[in-house]
Amino acid sequence: METILHAKNINKFFHDPVDFQVLKDISFDVIKGEFLTIIGKSGCGKSTLLYILSTMDTEYSGNLTIHNELVTGYKQDKLAAIRNNKIGFVFQFHYLLSEFSCLKNVMIPALKLGKFSTEEIEAKAYEKLDILGLKDQALKPASKLSGGQQQRVAIARALINDPLIIICDEPTGNLDTKNTEIIFDIFKELTQYQGQTIIAVTHDNDFAKASDRTIEMQDGKIINWDLKETI
Amino acid sequence: MKYAINSEIAFTYITSNKKLTMVAALGVVLGIAVYIFMNSMMAGFDKQINDLVFRSISHIRIFKDDEVSRPIRNADSSASLIVNPKVVPIVNTILNPKMVIKLLEAQPDVTVVSPQINVSVFYNNGKSQIGGASLGFLPEKGNQMYNIKSFMVDGNFDDLKNNQNGILIGSGISRKMNLNVGDNISLTSSKGVTKVMNIMGIFQTNNSREDKSRSYINLQAAQQLLQQGASYVTDINVNVIDYSKADQYSASFSALTGYKAEDWKTANETLVAGVRMRRIVISFVSYTILLVAGFGIYNILNMTVTSKINDIAILKAIGFKGGDVVRIFVTQALTVGFIGIVLGVFCASILIFWLQHVYIGGDIGYFPIDFSFIEFMKAIGLGFLITFLAGYIPARKAAQVDPVSIFRK
Ligand SMILES: Nc1ncnc2c1ncn2[C@@H]1O[C@H](COP(=O)(O)OP(=O)(O)OP(=O)(O)O)[C@@H](O)[C@H]1O
Ligand SMILES: [Mg+2]
Repeated sequence: METILHAKNINKFFHDPVDFQVLKDISFDVIKGEFLTIIGKSGCGKSTLLYILSTMDTEYSGNLTIHNELVTGYKQDKLAAIRNNKIGFVFQFHYLLSEFSCLKNVMIPALKLGKFSTEEIEAKAYEKLDILGLKDQALKPASKLSGGQQQRVAIARALINDPLIIICDEPTGNLDTKNTEIIFDIFKELTQYQGQTIIAVTHDNDFAKASDRTIEMQDGKIINWDLKETI
Repeated sequence: MKYAINSEIAFTYITSNKKLTMVAALGVVLGIAVYIFMNSMMAGFDKQINDLVFRSISHIRIFKDDEVSRPIRNADSSASLIVNPKVVPIVNTILNPKMVIKLLEAQPDVTVVSPQINVSVFYNNGKSQIGGASLGFLPEKGNQMYNIKSFMVDGNFDDLKNNQNGILIGSGISRKMNLNVGDNISLTSSKGVTKVMNIMGIFQTNNSREDKSRSYINLQAAQQLLQQGASYVTDINVNVIDYSKADQYSASFSALTGYKAEDWKTANETLVAGVRMRRIVISFVSYTILLVAGFGIYNILNMTVTSKINDIAILKAIGFKGGDVVRIFVTQALTVGFIGIVLGVFCASILIFWLQHVYIGGDIGYFPIDFSFIEFMKAIGLGFLITFLAGYIPARKAAQVDPVSIFRK
């Protein structure tokens, strides 16, 4: 089985306001097509870890390998290209460019990538919005949507470039059971049939239980690499 | 072709905040319009003054400078025997005018070479007498040099050529002595020679001192007034293609001919200093105004960057590079700049066109302002440079935004 993401001895410190180690020697592998969830108490460092895994945060020690490429130490521009091409990210709080329509929001990463024509990208964006039940909202400005709707648009945007890895920080935090189920099904489908990989932080235990594997964190450490096996 | 997503984002920001865009653009409009207007006006003034100045002086004057006697010394000692520096009383004349003229005419960039004699005279008509100066020249050359035909008010310049005793007088003399074309006037020189001349024409330079004292006669008539032979010439005047570079030629002409060559700037230091002063003040004011317009754009872009910090973080997270972010905001600045520059050029053009048709009168005539192509180009270039810088500085700041620190907030 192919390893798609490999984290080795990742440590991170914050120095402000006091010296404080958020992440302590984090090591784990994620294989291609895996649907991985991460759980842990609030403040244990989950988001911090995700920022590192998504290559946005470069201030850490240890090694991060994505798709057999050691990305630790890469320049910002190179990391940006990797993010554009290989990683989809769903944020915990900040979602969309408010002055653009939902459709445009979903299209932007693909327009940036520039691999397909505008028409193809638009068709694909409509398709993603449709799957997430937002086709009728496509042309509304993003700022006119409810929180849950915005979060689903953000998920559509993360999917548009068919990234190898989709990293989500509480993707269902604002959603009702029905929509949570829809998203869960989408993720399942993506990992099983499209060979994409999902790493999602969640507080939803049912969501975690139904995923392929769950990592548990506590105070910046991984205390369990596969929660289900232990249970 | 690659889809211009950066530009699209920039244009969305511009249109979603029309008020700010307009305020910034308006600053540029004013800056550009005032810059062009002031500099065109300055160019017009300069042209006007030069036109007036070069009605009575040439670009370069070549003449025999006064010589000061040198101390007489013994050959073997450094001590002087006689020290009495004084102007040596030799005639101030060009000894070999034909050769000097030929030499000068062969120089590149020389447009006219005119041999001349300045004669101090008294104009007499019956009992009335006015002191003045008569300039003797070859009419053809003189006209090429001073463009006298353009300020003739009566008579015909070309008649001077055909009548060795012809004279052109200033309008002031004509008025004071009640003389008209066809009348006679007698000139008395410092040598006591009196010559009766026939008035061929009357000119008006709009410099009243000139008009009250100046007259033009043939070179030969001037020689007669001074009791001199046909090779007597005191000045050789030269015009070059670009009068503003006259000072660059004078040294080489001096070396070439062995006589003193003085350019018009040296001969008219006060005038040149005045023009330079005015240029400094106007340049300073117009650059300042452009700069203020630049600050307007800078401020507004800074505000935009601050209010769009979340967007910037998201864009960077989904794979936009620092350079893309810079491009987005610089495009925004340049677009605002472009709108401002186009409107500014338009406003300046209207203003200049209108002023060109305002009659001031007197020496000036129509308001002296010109469509100066160079000033328009300079304004456009500077406008873009300033808006680029005003956009680039906040854009650089935007490019350095760390998305993680924004997401954590
Ligand atoms: N910029 C920062 N400077 C200092 N400490 C920080 C900073 N950002 C986060 N922390 C601290 O790091 C720890 C981990 O934060 P993180 O956001 O990763 O938690 P989390 O596990 O995602 O929590 P939650 O489930 O509430 O989202 C917290 O104790 C937080 O206070
Ligand atoms: Mg978090």
